Amino acid sequence: MPEQKLTGAQIIIKALKDQGVDTIFGYPGGAVLPIYDALFQQNDLRHILVRHEQAAVHAAEGYARSTGKVGCVLVTSGPGATNAVTGLLDALCDSIPLVCVSGQVPTHLIGNDAFQEADTTGITRPCTKHNYLVKDVNNLARIMHEAFYVARSGRPGPVLIDVPKDVQFADGIYVPPTEVKHKTYRPQVKPEIARVEEAIELIASAKRPVFYTGGGVINAGPMAAKLLTQFVKTTGFPITSTLMGLGAFPASDAQWLGMLGMHGTYEANLAMYNCDVMINIGARFDDRVTGKLSEFAPGSKKIHVDIDPSSINKNVVVDIPIVGDCGAVLEAMLTMWKARQKRADQAALKDWWKQIEGWRARNCLNYNRTESVIKPQYALERLREALRGKDHYITTEVGQHQMWAAQFLPFDQPNRWMTSGGLGTMGYGLPAAIGAQIAHPEAIVVDVSGEASFLMNMQEIGTAVQYRAPVKVFILNNQYMGMVRQWQELLHGSRFSQSYSEALPDFVKLAEAWGCVGLRATNVAEVDEVIEKMLAVTDRPCIVDIAVDPKENCFPMIPGGKAHNEILLGPEDTPSSATPEDGMVLV
Amino acid sequence: MDESKIEKHTIAVLVDNEPGVLARVIGLFSGRGYNIESLTVAEVNNADHLSRITLVTSGTRMIIEQIKAQLSRLVPVHRVHDLTDEGPSVERELALVKVAGTGEKRIEALRLADIFKATVLDATLTSFVFELTGTTEQVDDFVGLMAQLGLVEASRTGVVAMSKGASGF
Repeated sequence: MPEQKLTGAQIIIKALKDQGVDTIFGYPGGAVLPIYDALFQQNDLRHILVRHEQAAVHAAEGYARSTGKVGCVLVTSGPGATNAVTGLLDALCDSIPLVCVSGQVPTHLIGNDAFQEADTTGITRPCTKHNYLVKDVNNLARIMHEAFYVARSGRPGPVLIDVPKDVQFADGIYVPPTEVKHKTYRPQVKPEIARVEEAIELIASAKRPVFYTGGGVINAGPMAAKLLTQFVKTTGFPITSTLMGLGAFPASDAQWLGMLGMHGTYEANLAMYNCDVMINIGARFDDRVTGKLSEFAPGSKKIHVDIDPSSINKNVVVDIPIVGDCGAVLEAMLTMWKARQKRADQAALKDWWKQIEGWRARNCLNYNRTESVIKPQYALERLREALRGKDHYITTEVGQHQMWAAQFLPFDQPNRWMTSGGLGTMGYGLPAAIGAQIAHPEAIVVDVSGEASFLMNMQEIGTAVQYRAPVKVFILNNQYMGMVRQWQELLHGSRFSQSYSEALPDFVKLAEAWGCVGLRATNVAEVDEVIEKMLAVTDRPCIVDIAVDPKENCFPMIPGGKAHNEILLGPEDTPSSATPEDGMVLV
Repeated sequence: MDESKIEKHTIAVLVDNEPGVLARVIGLFSGRGYNIESLTVAEVNNADHLSRITLVTSGTRMIIEQIKAQLSRLVPVHRVHDLTDEGPSVERELALVKVAGTGEKRIEALRLADIFKATVLDATLTSFVFELTGTTEQVDDFVGLMAQLGLVEASRTGVVAMSKGASGF
């Protein structure tokens, strides 16, 4: 095919289209005017105009996680790029594939303190998987295609391409996306068979096994989730998951223990503590999960499947590391397990399940239901019932409501749950919900939110209205930054410093100011009706303000610096000893 | 294996010679709190635009393994070799040392330079600039001695290293 001569801006658009992109989230500015001009003159690529560049990146994250595709962002130079930094770091921490094109001042002005100039590549170097500054328009097409390859290969992540304005105007040669054979970056996808053999032997010899799965299974695609489910069902072992991995294995299945970690279930955490074989598939032994490292799953042998070699033996030394894509490794394991007709010790497994059932009987997610005030858990239980049987997408903001959503909303499929795990960015939920809704216009998308988090990116309601994205913002309004208040209560003598939500707006009036539906529930009797009305709105966003108990704390909880078996189950549980200094300093 | 023992390792990294690569490597070390004792970089293959970074770092065994894994994961990095682990290797440093003085001290400085096989790059009636190549220990010793004989300034390159034998890095 003859090489085409196009302007830099046209090259960018064509590269995006050739990479299968149909939606891009962004905000214009001086340094990207040529690209916006090229966008205006075509109809294949749809641009979603946000109200803040941070939201453009979160929306692209929601789009990416709900579809498995690479999310795309377009921002201008200077403040446009710096506003995107939080979103880019969020994508890096949660391994979300994104490509972000940022404008830059003309090449001859770089380093001259020009208007809206920032050292974008310098600033974003530590918060992207990789970044590029394009100084020659003839490299632009190749770099665009390389960026997509880097974003989606190995452990996915955000890639930024900084394009100076004169490069956008200049004429250059367009090169199509041939199989990009990157000279250096070639992550290992298929596992070493010898390792898989070792793992299968260890799994077959287990007496108290547990699967510990994470976001890596989601990133490996829906097939990986299916293979995981098959493998777990075939072995009959219990399975738990991190916050990022929810949905890879169906929560409705009896082998599901619930989420593990700081606010995970009693049975999941005790199973991890008492297991003799831990099978980690696509999780990274994050500190929210391990608690006190020196007492994490003592006496257990660990298998760790991860596509990123630097994740292995980083926090926890494992016995059988397997570098590879979760889907490829699970396929190899399942095939070998069946071919060799492996079976674990059924009698030991039966005893193990008996132990687990004993822990389950504690009913750790129980809470004091009352008629006098709406409990946040109750509101989520009623939401769960109303959504049963209907395909839905859930995003969350950050805090207590996020943990309750993870505990009370079950997921039977991957790519339905979008939350900010690694970075914990308040203000993520609403734009991510918009991104998911844009990708799935007919679906039910609910952003489970807190009133403090909602305020951080509430301007995006305008974006949702503009594109008729009927997202439902389900605010659990407890008048505090709940998680901060809980830690202040536990660790700082209930000195609630700056954690009260003063001067809140009337959320119903706020919704109506944008032409949206606003609903409020202030007592238990109103909750069901409000949820029903919320789900009935299909042509515009809906903001729901549920007044919940301000004093409710999120349990179970493993306090910072404690081990899994020191889990607190309720307000009556007092920590066995004062939180040690290294626990205090943990966030 | 004592997991808390601090080890010193010399690591050679082959990277694309493109703007920002060194910043990427330095940023990795500073961002994660790893230690850089010395670092030197130069282009070694002009046709393929490749540079070799030689750095000396120290940490526990787990940290050293993490450093190598994190370096490998950088997109412009071609290869990472731990010369301390991979077998016998040679290391050298180069130093330029300016010494000023007259009389006995000047004579002693010249005598020691001769013993250390340093060459004289510049000589005036009251000063010398010596060039010395040697192991880090030898350079440390030389500079230490000159410090008592009128050392004005020293400039050092940091370690370059190479594996012994026909193959390897």
